[in-house]
Amino acid sequence: MTAQGKITASFDAAAARADFPILSRLVHGKKLVYLDSGASAQKPRQVLDAMSEFAGTDYANVHRGVHYLSGAATDAYEAARRTVQKFLGAAREDEIIFTKGGTEAINLVSYSFLAPKIQPGDEILLSVMEHHSNIVPWHFLRERQGAVLKWVDVRDDGSLDLEALDAAINSRTKLVAITHMSNVLGTVTPLKDIVARAHAKGVPVLADGCQGAVHELVDVQALDIDFYALTGHKLYGPTGIGALYARRAHLKAMRPFNGGGEMIREVTRDIVTYADAPARFEAGTPPIIETVGLAAALDYLSGFDRAAVKAHEQDLYAYARSKIGELGWARVIGDAPGKGAILSFEAEGMHAHDLATILDREGVAVRAGHHCAQVLMERFGVGSTTRASFGLYNSRADVDVFIAGLRKAREILG
Amino acid sequence: MDNSLRELYQEVILDHSRHPRHFGVLDNATHKAEGYNPLCGDRVTVMLVLGEDSRVADIKFQGKGCAISQASASLMTDMLAGRTLDEAQKLMDGFVHLVKGDDAGELSADDREHLEAMSGLSEFPMRVKCATLAWHTFHNAVEEGAVT
Repeated sequence: MTAQGKITASFDAAAARADFPILSRLVHGKKLVYLDSGASAQKPRQVLDAMSEFAGTDYANVHRGVHYLSGAATDAYEAARRTVQKFLGAAREDEIIFTKGGTEAINLVSYSFLAPKIQPGDEILLSVMEHHSNIVPWHFLRERQGAVLKWVDVRDDGSLDLEALDAAINSRTKLVAITHMSNVLGTVTPLKDIVARAHAKGVPVLADGCQGAVHELVDVQALDIDFYALTGHKLYGPTGIGALYARRAHLKAMRPFNGGGEMIREVTRDIVTYADAPARFEAGTPPIIETVGLAAALDYLSGFDRAAVKAHEQDLYAYARSKIGELGWARVIGDAPGKGAILSFEAEGMHAHDLATILDREGVAVRAGHHCAQVLMERFGVGSTTRASFGLYNSRADVDVFIAGLRKAREILG
Repeated sequence: MDNSLRELYQEVILDHSRHPRHFGVLDNATHKAEGYNPLCGDRVTVMLVLGEDSRVADIKFQGKGCAISQASASLMTDMLAGRTLDEAQKLMDGFVHLVKGDDAGELSADDREHLEAMSGLSEFPMRVKCATLAWHTFHNAVEEGAVT
């Protein structure tokens, strides 16, 4: 054990930390302690370099020109698709659609896949711990087409009740849309079991993998899942790029999302015909440089023993959980068995924003608020929480600074 | 200890947030508005009785949020009671300038002294919206919140 934290046999967190230039900067004169990776992760120089190098040597628009650079850029863009395919364990590369992020991926499924199937009274099953990005696209179908949103509760420890979920699926259920890992509670859902239960009743499943893909190994074939959404910027990659895995059988029947260049087969004055997936769902010039950055981020992450990275994050969480428990005045929300490294809590007599301001002055970045999960806040009867979310670059020393900051906040606000 | 933090969370602010003045419901309110900051979930409801002389005859608020938003609402109701709308507007302009660290020349020496506790906010631009929520809500109550 070192001050920087546990070095496992196959993951050297201190060495990984050195890959992230921003982590050596100061904030308010203090060493940055970044505990907001759940909102957006920092980027390693491998990602920054890959983007800069691509932009400086091989950049042009994709799928259009006959010139050399257009070919080189197209190759890089399509190679990135194969990197995502491999990362998610998809059978085919054309099952990977690039999107702006997780939000767009879920909106795409809502518009292109589910909306045409919805009759008034049809049900969409969600859990109360969904992020707004996996709630609002379904509210659209409620508002516009009379769909009914049904909610599966979580237990008081934040774990999902699989039997309750199973019982809520009926003949009117058209989709189960559920997070892989809660951005507030850290709860990891049993996706494989959920899919099995839903499929037994003929219902497809979408997983919001914005957090899950970062911390869990994903194999969409083993999960047998229908849709899996991820975003690049939480995966140590750039903003503006994400991806949707969609089972090929669904893609064939899905209507186009945005209309524009790239997604067509033929356009005349009277008719338009569409390209096959994935091009059908990728209208317009994509964020090409960011796509290359996403691939670099996935390569970076996949270069580690993912189980060892997870063990490191779990160690940080367990350490932080025990330290915050010792304070005696913080109520942790989310204690599900096997949960990921996200620590949300409410502090007696102190509002999350006041806490976050004081922590910020110590160089500690945390998130305070409702975390785009107001349904969950209501479930736990809180207006806002403070959240520390851990990434692979964090250390036990970071936790110590965080806890010391909490003590100081208590001193000032207490 | 970071002095700017002490400045921000000084005793006056903490006292107002823990023991807010004019907190509660005003049954005979002539104007009312709800303020909500969707980014952080802070809520404040401002209720007031506007007299025929355009004076704030009575004012109360209810709310939930951080120490800054609640203390600001409490201070505001303390200071607005008895003022005309013109005076209230001037006070609000001065307050907004003060918390942003701009020249708050609109404020009288007395008002300036009353609001001194909020001036620490100018070091915390991310928190200015917490302090201005109640004031904007008061403004909305007067402009569009007539109780019918």
